[in-house]
Amino acid sequence: MNLKKNESPHSLWREIFFPAYSLWMRELIRFFRQRSRMIGVIGSPILFWFFIGSGLGTSFRSNTAGGTNYLEYFFPGTLLLIMLFTAIFSTISIIEDRQEGYLQSVLVAPISSGGIALGKIAGGTSLAVLQGAIFLLFAPLIGIHMTVLKFVVLLILLVVIGFGLTGLGFLIAWRMDSTQGFHAIMNLFLIPLWLLSGSLFPSTGAPQWLRIIMSLNPLTYGVSSTRMLLYDLEWDPSSSFLFSLIIVVAFAVFVYAGSIFVIRKKSSPPKTDPPLAEAAVLP
Amino acid sequence: MSYSDISVSHLTHHYGERTALNDVSFEIPRGEIFGFLGPNGGGKTTMFKILSTLIRPSKGKAAVCGFDVQTSPAEVRKHIGVVFQSPSLDQKLTVKENLHFQGMLYGLYGHELMHRIDDILSHLKLSDRAHDEVEKLSGGQQRRVEVGKGLLHYPDVLILDEPSTGLDPGARIDLWQYLLELNRSRSITIVVTTHILDEADHCHRLAILDQGNLVALGTPDELKHEIGGDVVSVIANDPEKVHRMMKEKFGNNISIFEKTIRMEREDAHRFVPQLIEAFPGQISSVSVSKPTLEDVFIHRTGHLLWNDEPNGET
Repeated sequence: MNLKKNESPHSLWREIFFPAYSLWMRELIRFFRQRSRMIGVIGSPILFWFFIGSGLGTSFRSNTAGGTNYLEYFFPGTLLLIMLFTAIFSTISIIEDRQEGYLQSVLVAPISSGGIALGKIAGGTSLAVLQGAIFLLFAPLIGIHMTVLKFVVLLILLVVIGFGLTGLGFLIAWRMDSTQGFHAIMNLFLIPLWLLSGSLFPSTGAPQWLRIIMSLNPLTYGVSSTRMLLYDLEWDPSSSFLFSLIIVVAFAVFVYAGSIFVIRKKSSPPKTDPPLAEAAVLP
Repeated sequence: MSYSDISVSHLTHHYGERTALNDVSFEIPRGEIFGFLGPNGGGKTTMFKILSTLIRPSKGKAAVCGFDVQTSPAEVRKHIGVVFQSPSLDQKLTVKENLHFQGMLYGLYGHELMHRIDDILSHLKLSDRAHDEVEKLSGGQQRRVEVGKGLLHYPDVLILDEPSTGLDPGARIDLWQYLLELNRSRSITIVVTTHILDEADHCHRLAILDQGNLVALGTPDELKHEIGGDVVSVIANDPEKVHRMMKEKFGNNISIFEKTIRMEREDAHRFVPQLIEAFPGQISSVSVSKPTLEDVFIHRTGHLLWNDEPNGET
């Protein structure tokens, strides 16, 4: 009964990449099948453009911040704001998978927790990057010089940033059993994360204590590296490109490792029957 | 020496203070259909979760296909197919997509995977629904897809938790026909948990679990035979009074459950006339029946299988 011949040869493939691909594809199919989600994801960057372009654009055009005009300053932050929401809220699907039972069969499959985390995070990352790409397509409208190469490099950067943000959502969502709880926690988290990332105002003008918080916020480096790539700058008031890039990559690696950790972590025995969710997963 | 697919010894599990399983031991040989029968809270689901590696037992040992569930869960998972009580299908995906993604979780791909999916769908008589979204299928069809999901990687052992949950009697019969055929044709070992008596009757052997204890183990016939005779059920106008009087006259081995007086007698055909003569006008009906598994359960535990949970099926 044991047919070994068509199992993929390496356990790395079988335990990580195959399951990850399976979970990722499922996420994308679900997304494209639910029209309302598609409208939301594709529509929101366009809506942002419409309002920013017609409102903020004219009132702030003459103001300067950090050497560029405000609209230009605001652009990378808006890009990441859109991605931040999509990336993090996509991880709600973990709570839904748990409630709807889909996660049960994932948890008894002979796969590694690294595969589960990779598949789910890649799903949210894809949606976030898709949004980011749509938003970026409008960049030339405010006079940002865009080439194909630059677009591709930016997308790669956005993949890493999106992975980190989705992973952050995963870390929080894995332990949650209600979507309401997730919304509450995320709102507490998301707004400060974005406000203090240099998206809205540069750290240079901020008081010392705020500057320290901003420098500890990983999103700050996502914003600054995106800004530097967009405007071909070598440094940003907050940091250098290389340093930002290192932080962005390190954050993505950190949340991925953290996600694997929370999946593996065995819960303390509860008083009643534990939900399947709290079951231990393969090391 | 016969090879056991599942071997459990002195298995104990606690949830905090509560003991869900208490020193349970048994063996399940290859190719057997084995059932756990018991009320909700009896320990069936805990047993299911331990055998499917979802929780680790507090004490004792459980091995599936020679692999310990605690030390080699990954090996155990390769050898078992698991069908959950609650749905595990993605409602937004088609039947085929569900099976496809499931197969990939087990490292299957390409033509082999497609071949297996087509094969399983035709056995499940669902080939014509392959491209329908799961949410458009009936409950019975969805349950069959769940079973199909558990079989894609050709497991040696199929473990099902309350497989008839939410199925109407017709769909339940279909499902069992398929399971029996599967067991015959592939000699796959099937382990089910259930609280439904006719489902338990399909099993080769049964373990009756009550409050975490293994109270009986044997084939359904063996278990029924130990009752020794027939079961006499009496419905009376004043059951409490008749029960009391019957105990005075015929001995203590008479119980009363939900207004039905119940006793086990070897000589039921001679006993019934005596009974009616003894309580003229007070008895509204008497029935004599061969023992059922419900009677076995009462015999062993002193209480009804359904107890406080008459509608476990949802």
